[in-house]
Amino acid sequence: MVQRQDSKPMQPARRQFLFATAGAGLSGVVVARLAGIVRPAHAGEASEDDIRILNTALSAEREAVAAYNLGAATGLLTAGVKRLAITFRDHHAEHADLLERTVRAIGGQVSEAVQSYDFPKDDLQTQADVLGFAASLERGAVSAYSGAIPVFNDRELAGAAASILADEAMHWAVLRQALGQEPVPSAFIS
Amino acid sequence: MKDNGSALVAVRVLLATLLLGSVAPAHPASRAVTEQGSDAYARCIGCHSLERNRTGPLHCGLLGRTAGTAAGYNYSDAMAELGIVWDRSTLDAFLREPMNFVPGTSMGYAGVADPAIRAAIIDYIEAAGSDADVCPPGLGR
Repeated sequence: MVQRQDSKPMQPARRQFLFATAGAGLSGVVVARLAGIVRPAHAGEASEDDIRILNTALSAEREAVAAYNLGAATGLLTAGVKRLAITFRDHHAEHADLLERTVRAIGGQVSEAVQSYDFPKDDLQTQADVLGFAASLERGAVSAYSGAIPVFNDRELAGAAASILADEAMHWAVLRQALGQEPVPSAFIS
Repeated sequence: MKDNGSALVAVRVLLATLLLGSVAPAHPASRAVTEQGSDAYARCIGCHSLERNRTGPLHCGLLGRTAGTAAGYNYSDAMAELGIVWDRSTLDAFLREPMNFVPGTSMGYAGVADPAIRAAIIDYIEAAGSDADVCPPGLGR
């Protein structure tokens, strides 16, 4: 694995930002390292499209945080499953935090957070309902990121998005397993 | 560990959820959609659902709707100013390359290259739109 030597500033403020955030937590480190892998050959400059993509991802991550909060608060989850939900929620919160700060660092305007979400609360009557709800969100997120990664102008951002995709794909697999389903349904997901 | 019965229930729940979009109620028996279509549509549910505005706008009422006009959804300027009506042809073109079809769209997505999958997605949205149990008349218009 190629790792960045950070002894001297090499990149514009946005990239410095990505690496500066690495100290905030493990996912930041992973994101920074993955981003570092793609920099030498493929780094580009973030575009307005990149900012829009990041903001769209941010909106979805915020929704996921709210969805897991809802699920965790239903009282339907066993203690172990609730811990899992909270862990996944925290991952999404970390993703949202990184996305938000990245948008700012590259000079974009962060999309406004939604104040409330129209979730189908009445349909969450069992733990399986909650798990299925979460699984569908994670499955959709995998597709969203896999569709966004190719269109980032800045390949460093694409690498960071790929690390988020990997995390959310694992969430989906774990949730499927908890539902008694084949955890990894196919070799390719799009 | 789940027994077979509870596992079957869980599978049904997830399938119903996927059929409806991620945040929709379950109507598995009455759903006028194909399994192929629901599988294709699953790639949309990170941002969309049939009945609700989420990160993306709701899909009930999409076919026949002027782009950028779903009530309560905050569109990009590019989409709000597009001025086209969504039909199978325009939706197919958009799904193929969203960012080229509508430069400036918030849908930062490479697109669906396979025409059969695009058709399945559109079939699904069209079928759901004509199913009053899923998309009540007027929803999304």
